[in-house]
Amino acid sequence: MFSTYLFIFLSAVAIFSAINVLLSKNPIHSVLYMTLTFFTLAGHYILLNAQFLAVVHVIVYAGAIMVLFLFTVMLLNLNKEGQFSKTNLMKFIAGIAGGLLFLLLIGSLKSFDVAVVSNPELTQIGLVKNLGTILYRDYLLPFELSSILFLSAMVGAVMLGKKDKI
Amino acid sequence: MQLLPILLIVFPLLGFLLLGLTQKLMSKSTAGILASSVIFINLVIATVLFNFVSSNNETLTTFLFNWINVGSLNIPFEFVVDRLSALMLLIINGVGLMIHIYSIGYMKEDEANNRFFSYLNLFVFFMLILVLSSNYLVLFIGWEGVGLSSYLLIGFWFKDHANNDAAKKAFIYNRIGDLGFLIAMFLLYTNFHSLTISEIAAKASTLEIGNPTLMVITLCLFVGATGKSAQIPLFTWLPDAMAGPTPVSALIHAATMVTAGIYLIARSSVLFVLSPITLNIILIIGTTTAIVAGLIAIYQNDIKKILAYSTVSQLGFLFMAVGLGSFTGAMFHLFTHAFFKALLFLAAGSVIHALNNEQDIRKMGGLSKKIPATFALFVIGTIAISGLPPFAGFFSKELILGVAYEHSLTMGLVATLVSLLTSIYMFRLLFVVFLKPESDAVKANHHVHESPKTMLLPMSILAFFSMVVGFINIPALFSENHQFENYLAPIFEISHKLVPSHETIPNVTEEWSILLLPLLVIVSIILFSYKRFVNEKALQSASGLTSLMADKFYFDEIYDFIIVKPSIFISNFFRTIVDQTILNSFIDSIGSSTLLIGNYVRRLQSGNTGLYLLLMVFSIITVLFLNIIL
Amino acid sequence: METTMSQFQTVPLQYYIIFCSALFSIGVVGVLSKRNALVIFMSVELMLNSANLLLTAFSAYRNDPAGQIFVFFIMVVAAAEVAIGLGLLVVVFRSTKTIDIQVLNKLKW
Repeated sequence: MFSTYLFIFLSAVAIFSAINVLLSKNPIHSVLYMTLTFFTLAGHYILLNAQFLAVVHVIVYAGAIMVLFLFTVMLLNLNKEGQFSKTNLMKFIAGIAGGLLFLLLIGSLKSFDVAVVSNPELTQIGLVKNLGTILYRDYLLPFELSSILFLSAMVGAVMLGKKDKI
Repeated sequence: MQLLPILLIVFPLLGFLLLGLTQKLMSKSTAGILASSVIFINLVIATVLFNFVSSNNETLTTFLFNWINVGSLNIPFEFVVDRLSALMLLIINGVGLMIHIYSIGYMKEDEANNRFFSYLNLFVFFMLILVLSSNYLVLFIGWEGVGLSSYLLIGFWFKDHANNDAAKKAFIYNRIGDLGFLIAMFLLYTNFHSLTISEIAAKASTLEIGNPTLMVITLCLFVGATGKSAQIPLFTWLPDAMAGPTPVSALIHAATMVTAGIYLIARSSVLFVLSPITLNIILIIGTTTAIVAGLIAIYQNDIKKILAYSTVSQLGFLFMAVGLGSFTGAMFHLFTHAFFKALLFLAAGSVIHALNNEQDIRKMGGLSKKIPATFALFVIGTIAISGLPPFAGFFSKELILGVAYEHSLTMGLVATLVSLLTSIYMFRLLFVVFLKPESDAVKANHHVHESPKTMLLPMSILAFFSMVVGFINIPALFSENHQFENYLAPIFEISHKLVPSHETIPNVTEEWSILLLPLLVIVSIILFSYKRFVNEKALQSASGLTSLMADKFYFDEIYDFIIVKPSIFISNFFRTIVDQTILNSFIDSIGSSTLLIGNYVRRLQSGNTGLYLLLMVFSIITVLFLNIIL
Repeated sequence: METTMSQFQTVPLQYYIIFCSALFSIGVVGVLSKRNALVIFMSVELMLNSANLLLTAFSAYRNDPAGQIFVFFIMVVAAAEVAIGLGLLVVVFRSTKTIDIQVLNKLKW
């Protein structure tokens, strides 16, 4: 029962901060709330005994991506309070659309029966050792290819960031 | 042994590809020698195969691969060498080799010499597929293929528009016949669930005589044969096909391709003997064709046209033999006819060559002194085709005449009339071209010259065969030695068992009368035509019935009126009214309405990303919603 | 599903489905209602993460490591995507002095 309480707590914090990402006028605040969301998601991973993913998640998202976002906000000097926003009608429509999507997603996934075979808190597949073995045995080629993807992304980012005309 | 039929096919194909792809690179003489040596190798192989099947009474089957295998339809790509196809192999490759060698000399000055030889090899390739195939569909490949090569070769000098028209005419007339062949194949498949010739023969032999389905099938096959073998009503393409080079006329339109119809019927002999009505129709058509074409030939003035009508007439004679149930007789005359008709065409080519492409016989005459070798060869060919002993035509015609007299006296007299017509137009041709006093045109032409050895040699060989080849089947009167009949006996064994043959040996008095009556007539004809054509100058003054003959009985004009004019009218109607007015406006309106709608819809693409996203989300919602409710 | 769940006495899988759907929908609302390209970008990341979490949950409940491997690769792609995406944003800002998506409407007929 403890894990259920923990789940509800983490979920509540995540949804609260996610909503605040949208509500805050200042982009800096959005980024900070986003970071909080990511941390709660890392908690969820641990709850699922997916330790490897939890660690990677914190490093990649909280550590790298959000820092990148912060940098961009600072660099572009966007940290002024809402210079532009959509009309209230558009916001209303967006809300309705989001709500509808939420209901429909639950509705369609409810009819989707998944056979549960293991206790997520006891399963061992998420441990670094097990996942690492699989990653390096069965998924070695995609893993190596992803490094090429990173390299090309890096080259692309550098190219885009150059001052002179491309 | 199993490989030899494949080699037969492969060599001409390689020759065609090699010559076709290196047209400009190869010298003319190399091309001719290469093409001829391909056929020479083929002739050697064909001889080996012939020896094999004639010494052992068995058929040689070579399976290449499964061509079509869908459900119950199973078409293997398979070759069969039996006595019939071995005989055809000898004719095709033997006559083919002579004509190839002849062409080296004849086509020497033509700029498209190499293209010519590549087409010749292509023709041999398809002709071999035609005779070797074990089923009707593969046979049809060859059937269409020889039609294609014939088209290419008739229109060989394509810069002249008339040649193209002649080629198209031949192709279209053949198409009509092919439709009959196709329908016959569909019917064969629905009724016998097979297209393999031997299987069909085995299944059909259990049916009773006069089965209506068989009658329809054989009639359709016969329609195919009339197209390919130039019988009434589809014969007018053959005289026009003379637009091609003379060796082509000799090879395709005299010796081999046009006999494919006879071959087809001989192959399907079991089906035909079981349909007496079809045989009667074949008899009528064949006889009519033989007489009509013979009559037309008498009043033609183009040396090649005369020979073409002669071919049509001889083919009609072959169909007559088939209609009388004498497949052996037809095959024998086909065999001998291949030699002397090829010889005559080649000799005619030699005359044309000597006179620098002059084909009108009115401008010839007195050539016997100027080109004596060609004259001698032409005489041999003429005697052979007229059926004078002891040359080949005598024996083969005698066989058919015998069958005709056996059938009825009328039929016999009609057959005699046909061979009589043959000798009239052939001797007229001979006398006018060679013995008549020289015409002014010949006198004016100082360059009349004998053909080179490359042309004379193959003609001499053909002449030799025209003389001796008849002795393989000597009439019953003189000898008990029926080599040819015995040779082909296994092929027509089933058919003879099903329907007792007409080919019984006639008694001695009958035989004598069969032999002597035509002979007497022919000799008198020769004397008559000598008097008339050599001494009398008037030749072209035609009136009444003769003008009808000179104008080819207006066959082309009648077809033009009945078929061509109405179809042009209907085509014009569809072109102007249906296509341009109705369909065009309909299709245009589809285009313009798309343009109109597009003009409005493009406003949706405003460049506003927010709107795109909103539409996308709503689409996703719709999909999910449909997913739930459906 | 209910009977098997009772054996484990743990968080039902359905909770994850509801939570992830909620998170995803919040992301969608963000994408639709914002004009700031940076915040839209963050909303996209939010949606991506909700999908990740659901994949991991399924993977854990079905004892199938493929799901988690997949999440790992999604993270790889997301990281590369962010690097390029933010680079593009900087370039766009440099040339137009704004990252308002309603101003960036040059791509049209």
